[in-house]
Amino acid sequence: MIVGEHKPIRELLSMVHGYDNILMVGCKGCVTVCNAGGKKEVAILAAALRIARRKQGKPVTIDEVTLDRQCEPEFILGLEEQINKNNYDAIVSLACSIGPQYIAEAFDTMVVFPGLNTNFMGGTLEHGIWGEYCSACGNCGIHNFGGLCPVTRCAKGLLNGPCGASVDGKCEVSKDLDCIWEHIYVRMKNLGQLDRLSRVVGAKDWSKSRSGGPRKIIREDLTL
Amino acid sequence: MNKEFEPQIVAFCCEYCSYSAADLAGSIRMSYPPNIKVILVPCSGRVDPVYLLHALEKGADGVYVTGCMEGDCHFLTGNYKAKKRVAYIRQMLDEMGLEQDRVQMFNIAASDAPEFARVAKMVTERIRALGPNPMKEQIPVDTETQREEII
Repeated sequence: MIVGEHKPIRELLSMVHGYDNILMVGCKGCVTVCNAGGKKEVAILAAALRIARRKQGKPVTIDEVTLDRQCEPEFILGLEEQINKNNYDAIVSLACSIGPQYIAEAFDTMVVFPGLNTNFMGGTLEHGIWGEYCSACGNCGIHNFGGLCPVTRCAKGLLNGPCGASVDGKCEVSKDLDCIWEHIYVRMKNLGQLDRLSRVVGAKDWSKSRSGGPRKIIREDLTL
Repeated sequence: MNKEFEPQIVAFCCEYCSYSAADLAGSIRMSYPPNIKVILVPCSGRVDPVYLLHALEKGADGVYVTGCMEGDCHFLTGNYKAKKRVAYIRQMLDEMGLEQDRVQMFNIAASDAPEFARVAKMVTERIRALGPNPMKEQIPVDTETQREEII
């Protein structure tokens, strides 16, 4: 999933300064799962902003709505009636940054703010803790590394690790960060594939990554 | 400080310990300030952060959560969860420009009625010193009924 976290309240207050009638839009997708921008987080942040603005003597109206997903244009268009009816002067999206961009593209004259910082693609490590697992390099080769991704999970992105800074299974970057190459070694050993680690892995083909600008996937069998 | 100010305080009390302590305080005729409006919850871990903010937004001058003593939660870890959530909201209050002490957390055993009364008095005095919730005067008339329901 895409993992994010809400922006600090002070930053949000600064963003919406001068706007008095706001729609806060949550997303029931990834950011609900990572407790950053679902219905509950919309309720908490909207209440926090309303209280803070009242305290400042500049009350704000914040309506709350949570869409099934904000990364689908048809769900975004579902906001049109509510926007037209309530004459909002700004929208705060609590989706990953796809949400506010879709809203911006769908409603020409509407001011849109991102309520979240979109951090990474990852998974739940335990309740309340998420970790990064994928860089979306566009050319997955984790099968060469025991099913683990050194591109993302090695601080240096080494394909021929570990480096000399791996000590007792920990990365030099942080004592809380496992050296993924330690895990890769153990996995390869368990798989009986240690010999594959003796081969030098060549330079990665980054042409499918972001070097060519924003990427697009076209599935002719699915297009209408 | 306004001497006539009587704070309205919402206390979320867990059924297994602190609510029993409140009950016991009543049974043994132990007095505590009438400013406290007790809301029974099955566990302090049931108290969602948004409840705390909504109580403040609707005009409560202070809110506190009481759970079982640490290690004694009927549901094992509900009070630890409540503690973290209260800390989260207190941090948020700071960013919002409100006093952190408007939201607090206490652990009270079922048999400890005097502690329940002591906490009630302490919180009342603390909130009295902070003064009225700045939200209060600005609550629109049409939500007044709703505020009364919540407090």
